[in-house]
Amino acid sequence: MPSKKTKINILEHELVPKHEVLSPEEASKVLKRLNIKPTQLPWISIDDPIVRLIKAKPGDIIKITRKSPTAGESIAYRYVVVDTLHPKKKGGK
Amino acid sequence: MISNKIKEIKFGILSPDEIRKMSITAIVTGEVYDNDGVPIDGGVADRRLGAVEPREVCPTCGNTRDNCPGHFGHIELAKPVIHVSFVKYINMYLKTTCRVCGRLKISERERKRYLELLRGLQELELHHLIKRFHEYIRRKASAVNKCPHCGAEQYKIRLEKPHTFYEERGEGLVKLNPAEVRARLEKIPDEDVRLLGGDPVHARPEWMVLTVLPVPPRAVRPSILLETGIRSEDDLTHKLVDIIRVNNRLREHIESGAPSVIINDEWDLLQYHITTYFDNEVPGIPVAKHRSGKALKGIAQRLKGKEGRFRGNLRGKRVDFSSRTVISPDPNLSINEVGVPEMVAKVLTVPEKVTPWNIEEMRKLVINGPDKWPGANYVIKPDGRKISLKYVDRKAIAESLAPGYIVERHLRDGDIVLFNRQPSLHRISVMAHVVRVLPYKTFRLNLLVCPPYNADFDGDEMNLHVPQSEEARAEARLLMLVEKHILTPRYGGPIIGGLQDYISGAFLLTSKSTLLKREDVIDLLGVAGYRGELPEPAILKPEPYWTGKQLISLFLPKDFNYKRPAKIASATALKCIDEDCPHDSIVIVKKGVLLEGVLDKASIGREEPESLIHWLVKEYGEDLARLFMDHVFKMFLRFSEKHGFTMGYADLLLPRDAKEHIKQVIEEKKKEVYELIDKYYRGELEPSPGKTLEETLEDKIIEALSKSLLDKVGDAITPYFTLNNPVIIMARTGARGNPVNLTQMAALLAQQTISGRRITRGYLHRTLPHFKPKDLGPEARGFIAHGFVDGLTPIEMFFHAAAGREGLTDTAVRTSQSGYMQRRLINALQDLRVEYDGTVRLPTGEIVQFLYGEDGVDPMKSDHGKSVNVERVIQKVIGWRI
Ligand SMILES: [Mg+2]
Ligand SMILES: [Zn+2]
Ligand SMILES: [Zn+2]
Ligand SMILES: [Zn+2]
Repeated sequence: MPSKKTKINILEHELVPKHEVLSPEEASKVLKRLNIKPTQLPWISIDDPIVRLIKAKPGDIIKITRKSPTAGESIAYRYVVVDTLHPKKKGGK
Repeated sequence: MISNKIKEIKFGILSPDEIRKMSITAIVTGEVYDNDGVPIDGGVADRRLGAVEPREVCPTCGNTRDNCPGHFGHIELAKPVIHVSFVKYINMYLKTTCRVCGRLKISERERKRYLELLRGLQELELHHLIKRFHEYIRRKASAVNKCPHCGAEQYKIRLEKPHTFYEERGEGLVKLNPAEVRARLEKIPDEDVRLLGGDPVHARPEWMVLTVLPVPPRAVRPSILLETGIRSEDDLTHKLVDIIRVNNRLREHIESGAPSVIINDEWDLLQYHITTYFDNEVPGIPVAKHRSGKALKGIAQRLKGKEGRFRGNLRGKRVDFSSRTVISPDPNLSINEVGVPEMVAKVLTVPEKVTPWNIEEMRKLVINGPDKWPGANYVIKPDGRKISLKYVDRKAIAESLAPGYIVERHLRDGDIVLFNRQPSLHRISVMAHVVRVLPYKTFRLNLLVCPPYNADFDGDEMNLHVPQSEEARAEARLLMLVEKHILTPRYGGPIIGGLQDYISGAFLLTSKSTLLKREDVIDLLGVAGYRGELPEPAILKPEPYWTGKQLISLFLPKDFNYKRPAKIASATALKCIDEDCPHDSIVIVKKGVLLEGVLDKASIGREEPESLIHWLVKEYGEDLARLFMDHVFKMFLRFSEKHGFTMGYADLLLPRDAKEHIKQVIEEKKKEVYELIDKYYRGELEPSPGKTLEETLEDKIIEALSKSLLDKVGDAITPYFTLNNPVIIMARTGARGNPVNLTQMAALLAQQTISGRRITRGYLHRTLPHFKPKDLGPEARGFIAHGFVDGLTPIEMFFHAAAGREGLTDTAVRTSQSGYMQRRLINALQDLRVEYDGTVRLPTGEIVQFLYGEDGVDPMKSDHGKSVNVERVIQKVIGWRI
């Protein structure tokens, strides 16, 4: 059993892909390219550990760069939302 | 075609006023018919509810039953009753609002803010956010235990399924009756209902507690007249009568001032009847039953499930222009064709518009009429009138035929139809075929098309549909034709390709030892439909001879290069190291000439990616591949017939010394096992990590008696079986069977297992009474020392049957499980589509994948999943050098 003090940085973990918060300019470029509203992107909870670590805020768009066995590298985007169904901390809206 | 579009559907709850307004009469009595069998007014069969008898005129609307829409009645309930389907929402409203003043338990300031926020979200049409917002408010309000408006203390609401509410007060649980529940719901202000996600206009919360019950028209619950002359009423009618009787009794008790215990009992009974009327499968209450013990069908039961209104009637429609019969094989048909019995062709029709160019032909069809093929069954005049050709003067109709008429003519050769075999698990379960009308009564298909349908001929039936419009026919031909599906999107490779006899035939034909005389060559090429010069014979003297490889080469494109080991090379004894090897197990095609190598499963087989067939489809198109299969494959079968191909008992016999050797090997292994068992009893056996001593012993025994033994025996018998043996030809070329099957037939079946363990079930401490209790020896636990050639002992045969049963049950369980999983997956994914920008989206534009499959590759057009096969590109461009 690892001790309670053991902390790992999930950002450095082999299986965690690269997450970056897009600047408003980059975000609007992505949305324009896909011709969508931000809510039409897949969502990610503000309580997701990786979202907390990269300090994203609700409304941000996150770019995820993954390794893919078929495509080499694949890029996905997530829209950061407040999770009202499974809230971790109080407050919110 | 543009038609009226439905923009929006709104669901709401009927208010008591609406129910009364739409009702034609109150239903007040449980009596249904009088002594003469005439419906009683005010009963559930009241004639004002609509005409149902053949010549009955509806007293309400004046129509007969064909035009009467049916009319609702209503029952005034003596006491309110909870509607089971809304219990979830009633519970939510009770928990989130004050028990005294009925207002949302959220402070006035916050409430105002939330209302504004909600309005904003609604203006922006952010529906998903609105849903979450309501959820948030509900959660917040139900946690409050003191009303911020009137200060009243709040108690916890407990719902006891299916429909009883309690309040957890200090003195204990207090039941809230439906009247009290309704009173609380009535007090909730409209604005608060909105904040909680309700719609106060179309679904006031108190309407979820019924005070008036609608009585559906008689047409909804028709009574049936049995042969005995007795009228049998619909389940809903029975249920309504129950409801009315209890309701009337309850009212009498109330009016006569009966004790509250009696009233409450009667009230509960009314609640029970109304609940089961809506849904007779509510958990927690007894199911309402017929006198026969059969469960009554509630309204919910009419809608739910496979046979319900939705899946059974609305989504599952019966269609015209379809047909079903047994299938049988016909290697003489093209893979694109289907053989249709004449009998079927005379019933299924295609509407054909009469033009100046086809009028004479159409006249002939009309004169032939419905009974003589090819004929026609109907003529449709330009004014839309349909004339049956059965009982009319067909000559006169044919004469009157003019451009613009439509003739519904019989199905005939060349028509396109859809062919389907259930279960329709993937898109190639339905493919388009070209019709060939043939005698007899079965649908016939080329054997090569069996794999996509997963069809065999042990009694399988298939369905056939005739597209009726030009668009449908064009789509079928261009998108659904069999040849367009030689490659499957399941994996990058052909799903249609050589199998069984085709493969052994191809092997025999292309073998080095096969030399063909002129007559044979002509016969074979004739079957394949070859029209052209004979090639130069491979041997000139003393007689001209051709090789099978020469014949194949005639059909290969002239710029085709290919190199790959044959399937037979997977046996070490037949593996070729280089091109000069005598086993002939590297297939080499250079500039369209099959230079060396035998054709077998690896080059022409189905489900073999990167094979000869695969490259032909990919590089020269489906059309060429289809011709190859229709022509060359026929040659394989023809050669197999000329050569003669069969297997028998004698092909599996081993010489005496080989048998002795095998016996020895088995004895050695058995000794090994007995030693293990001894070691176990002596306590010298070391347990493997994570296993008990017994498990360790079992593992070691199974290992010794199955895999290692089979391998050893397999190696021992291979020298006795050569490629002259038809059984070996089949196993080595991949036509049928494998080397393990061979060992099992010729030598021994080895250890039988159930769930991966030796057989232990049966009697106490032993499998059969023939053994001593706790015997751990091989024979006592399902070891079989004989092959099928020798025959099994009775005990061995019992163990073999026991282990064989496992496979059967597994298949049965697997199919039902995977079938349900398939259904759920299809329901979840059916609306996704790949847009032109390569993204995968929902119809509303939400993105599911940013690039289809992460790499944007269509698996059907890939090579085993890869979008580019570099090796093949090189092979193609620089050709192949010896
Ligand atoms: Mg079958
Ligand atoms: Zn973890
Ligand atoms: Zn009517
Ligand atoms: Zn209050």
